[in-house]
Amino acid sequence: MKVLVPVKQVPDTATQVKIGGDPRAIDTTGITWIVSPYDEFAVEEALRIKEKRGTGEVVVVSLGPERVKEALRSCLAMGAERAVHVNEPAWESADTLTTARALAAVIKQEQPVIVLFGRQAIDDDMGAVGVQVAELLGWPCASWIMEAAISGDGTSVRVGRQVEGGLEVFELPLPCVLTAQKGLNEPRYPTLKGIMGAKKKEIKDVKAADLGLAADGAQLTVVTLEALPPRPPGRIIPGEAGEAVKELVRALREDAKAI
Amino acid sequence: MANAFWCVVEDDRAGRPKKANAEVLGEAARLAAQTGGQAEAVWLTDKAEADGLGHLAEWGAERIWLLEAPGLAPYRGEVWTPVLAELAGKEQPKAILGAVTSRLRELMARLAARLGVGLSADSVAFDFREGTLVATRPVYAGKLLSKVSWAKAPWLATLRPNVFKPRDLLAGRAPVVERPAVTIPQPTMAFVERREEVSTGLPELTEAEIVVSGGRGLKGPENFVILEELAKVLGAAVGASRAAVDAGWRPHRFQIGQTGRTISPKLYMGFGISGAIQHLAGMRTSKIIVAVNKDPEAPIFKIADYGIVGDLFEIAPLLTQEFKRLLEK
Repeated sequence: MKVLVPVKQVPDTATQVKIGGDPRAIDTTGITWIVSPYDEFAVEEALRIKEKRGTGEVVVVSLGPERVKEALRSCLAMGAERAVHVNEPAWESADTLTTARALAAVIKQEQPVIVLFGRQAIDDDMGAVGVQVAELLGWPCASWIMEAAISGDGTSVRVGRQVEGGLEVFELPLPCVLTAQKGLNEPRYPTLKGIMGAKKKEIKDVKAADLGLAADGAQLTVVTLEALPPRPPGRIIPGEAGEAVKELVRALREDAKAI
Repeated sequence: MANAFWCVVEDDRAGRPKKANAEVLGEAARLAAQTGGQAEAVWLTDKAEADGLGHLAEWGAERIWLLEAPGLAPYRGEVWTPVLAELAGKEQPKAILGAVTSRLRELMARLAARLGVGLSADSVAFDFREGTLVATRPVYAGKLLSKVSWAKAPWLATLRPNVFKPRDLLAGRAPVVERPAVTIPQPTMAFVERREEVSTGLPELTEAEIVVSGGRGLKGPENFVILEELAKVLGAAVGASRAAVDAGWRPHRFQIGQTGRTISPKLYMGFGISGAIQHLAGMRTSKIIVAVNKDPEAPIFKIADYGIVGDLFEIAPLLTQEFKRLLEK
């Protein structure tokens, strides 16, 4: 069973991000890059599907500049078989729809039976690409899944998706797109053997032309990035507990009008 | 109406629109007024309560497109997307907006792909620049704000709950309802079951106006009861930091932060939460932030409006008492 996992390389949350010389993008100097955390749940689930069935292949895909290969390498070290790097300079600032179109083209070539995404990338938090790929392919899709079980005959998958107030369980025919929510599994760490082995695994470079696509413009563009307006300075309420609590409640009621 | 700003209705699956629609309709009306348009609601449901239609009109919907068919429940993106796209194709709205909920964040992304347009997810502000809509959305764990714009209409966006102001209630206004004929596609996804969460009797985290949240400082799962008591008095939801969730003290659905829920309540009160960047990502757009922590150096104090440096086991029960006394007056 072939499972494809698109991943995104993002700045580590703890990294300081600064607006760059171009006010539409961040300054990338000194940034630590990681695989977006939700994507790790997707890679882990793909590996578990392969291991449980005893056969199959996990292929990871990513869009972005050369450094994206490091993210693909870490997925290969976790246990994915090979990787595809959509290494197209014209898509450096691709929007979700452009990204989805590129991934849908890779998926058409690769023909996996399941495509597993993370629920959203933690840099732009758009959470749209996975769902958009499903629409472009005309496949069913369940987002924010917390559990997944493939039928014995390998023709469908039963998933539980998180919604407000509960979990909705659906059975989807394969092929389909799923997006992983935290709680689906516990991602594994790469082993030393995995890291060594990953160096020998294939990362195939593809360009827009290889996918039969024009590197055309985005539907949604960043006009500017702005620093967050600073919050007005806060107030530490002094005094012993009883006094401080009284003053806090008064302030919330009378000054902040929050109660 | 080509200048219509649509609000895709989010209902409670029992035929009643959620209050988040009032916020979306309020913003839709504000934006529409600047382009000579109007706010309209589009409601996909298997069964609409008449009261619900009245609410939508009172919240500012000049017209309600009611798409009512048994095949629309439960929500499936593969069914809702073509239905909504068909109506949008006929009516050519200027914008299609919806609250951030599990259904709508999926539906709007799928719809954007079908219509070949951009989507601004989890938006917190809108304005116009040279006649085109510009949305503001938090990025990089809420550390920066990104202003985005569309290449063409319709402008699709989801709106973070509790951020936008509803307009003044148009009390007693009768709804104008259109019931266009729709073709409901046959779904491939089979609905199996819905597992309800055990109700806490407290509001849903993303909708609550007040959120009381606990972290590692609570020391154990049993101590969340202290926060629940406070929450009951305030009609608040109880949330948790990632540390508390990863320790197994609370289920993941209570997690606030980058790998949990994003909230913007009127009042957020954090107890025993240090305020790691991952947590701030989920709550920094709260209007008023209160922090209670023993460690005066805890980063949460940097963004808090009010802070008490002290022992939460002493302070939280005192707060419960004090609020009880105040609210019983």
